[in-house]
Amino acid sequence: MSLPAIAQRPGRGRWGVVRGPEVLGAPAATPPAAGSYRAVRVFFRNPAGVLALLFLALVAAVSLAAPWIYPDDPLSMVARPFLWPGHSWDYPLGTDSLGRDVAAGLVWGGRISLAVGFAAMGLGVTVGVIVGALGGYFGGRVDDALQRVTDIIQTMPSFVLLVVLVAIVQPSVQSVTAGIAIVTWPTVARLVRAEFRSLREKDFVMAARALGFGHARVILREILPNALPPLIVTASVLVASAILMESALSFLGLSDPNVVSWGSMIGSGREVLRTAWYLSAIPGVAIVLSVLALNLIGDALNDAFNPHAATGA
Amino acid sequence: MSTSRLFPVLRRTLLQAAPTAIGIVILNFFLLRLAPGDAADVLAGESGSATEETMVMMRHSFGLDLPVLHQLVAYLSNLTHGSLGFSPLYNMPVAALIAQRLPGTLLLMGLALVIALVLGITLGTVMALNAGRWPDRLISVVTLVFYSVPGFWVGLMLIVAFSVMLGWLPSGGSETIGARLMGLAAVLDRLQHMVLPATSLALFYVAIYARLTRASVLEITSQDYVRTAAAKGLPPLTIAMRHVLRNALMPVTTVAGMHIGGILGGAVVVETVYSWPGLGRLTFEAVMKRDFTVLLGVLLLSSLLVIFVNMAVDLLQLWLDPRIEVRR
Repeated sequence: MSLPAIAQRPGRGRWGVVRGPEVLGAPAATPPAAGSYRAVRVFFRNPAGVLALLFLALVAAVSLAAPWIYPDDPLSMVARPFLWPGHSWDYPLGTDSLGRDVAAGLVWGGRISLAVGFAAMGLGVTVGVIVGALGGYFGGRVDDALQRVTDIIQTMPSFVLLVVLVAIVQPSVQSVTAGIAIVTWPTVARLVRAEFRSLREKDFVMAARALGFGHARVILREILPNALPPLIVTASVLVASAILMESALSFLGLSDPNVVSWGSMIGSGREVLRTAWYLSAIPGVAIVLSVLALNLIGDALNDAFNPHAATGA
Repeated sequence: MSTSRLFPVLRRTLLQAAPTAIGIVILNFFLLRLAPGDAADVLAGESGSATEETMVMMRHSFGLDLPVLHQLVAYLSNLTHGSLGFSPLYNMPVAALIAQRLPGTLLLMGLALVIALVLGITLGTVMALNAGRWPDRLISVVTLVFYSVPGFWVGLMLIVAFSVMLGWLPSGGSETIGARLMGLAAVLDRLQHMVLPATSLALFYVAIYARLTRASVLEITSQDYVRTAAAKGLPPLTIAMRHVLRNALMPVTTVAGMHIGGILGGAVVVETVYSWPGLGRLTFEAVMKRDFTVLLGVLLLSSLLVIFVNMAVDLLQLWLDPRIEVRR
């Protein structure tokens, strides 16, 4: 390369090279990091998104504070059964068929729903990012093999597969979380792979490679940060769908029998649906509001990252 | 559609589907092996008493003492003969059991898909034609709620509203027991039993199709040929129906094919809620009884159903859009 020789000529500064081929090789100034904060500002200007975020924070805070709000086991019988909501100050949401406090169950159940939702998302995203990044970046045989695996899991009806997995490994909070992660990571892998495949060809990646950076650095420091926006939007929607899957599993009785969750409350309320429908209705409202909040956050993030996209698309 | 175009596409879809199908079969076999207990355990548990010797004999007669690879070959050869194993609990072959339940589920899924498409496309078109105004905002909130509601909970709440409080519709089953209806009355009775479960199953997809249709219609509305149609003086309804909607529906058909697996999963819970005699309810029963032969039979068959539907959608698109020759 003749570039250093020219650049070292006396009397010329760093930008002394102006001829085309040399400009291409010249070190570029670091681009201003304006984009990252712009998205955050746009997000906080969206009332629905902010409201949803506040609501979710409230649900999370109440769930975390459960041991202080309701120190007793939510599965213990505390009052007369079938107390309708609003009839007693001590039990504002009433009691179930065994005299257990519905409000206590709701608060403790939120812990399980949110914990499983976020943990399953974290696990699924981690596996999905690793698989998608390796496949998308390296291509070739690795990619083909990984694509086959994602194809197989994505073809199988995911809820049926989840039911089978959880039934094989006895139901527990851990196995439900792992099961949900197993059926969701291909979604992430597919998305990350597509991002990596298109970003791999971009000039800044070429430049990084030309500078002699290793694969690990190019993947982690150059490509991954640029693939983050769609990944963050997907992650928020994944938490929502993980909560829905967990509730459906525990409704079917495929959950840890020793912990309350919103789905299992609906499941046990179902037996007395005709006489005490509030037992199924209340935990369901909690699920709907939490999932709705997560979906609203996902929408708001999407709008914040893609200012040109049609809203709601 | 001429055969010269049909064959390359058919060959390509088959080539794509075959490795996935084989992978699913092998995965299924290993899941079955992972499951606690085998057929011998189940039978011994059923009879209540079994000596160590009879267990060994039973395992031998089922081929459960052979090396894994031999068992896999045996499993594959059974599959090619259409056998998914035998369920000791139901005392019948799994394939026959599934064949008995499949029509009920397909019927329910079909009606749910029709409801989802009709409602979703209508809502999406209304949203797009009023983009940014209040009908758009209102419907978009409603669809987002549909998108966030668990199907089984909607099912329960619909039962409370329409069966318990209003008494309009039956709360479960697939027909009025003992009514012995014939002809049109039987069909109407069936439909009455299907409305609530199909609606609970459909709501989630109504939301997806509405949003998809909205985006797709908005994109097409900005095309030149739509402006030309408007400049010609065509009435807005004609433009919406013949010029916009027709083209906007392509992405919806693609996605609808991909949703078969999801709808099947939803059917598991919804059928349980409405005690609808289908594949989903069978799955639930198999889970409760820990009958893994049945459970994995359902998983395998429903996966193959998804592959089959996706191939059918590929061919349907070829017919819908003559420009598609061989994708990729």
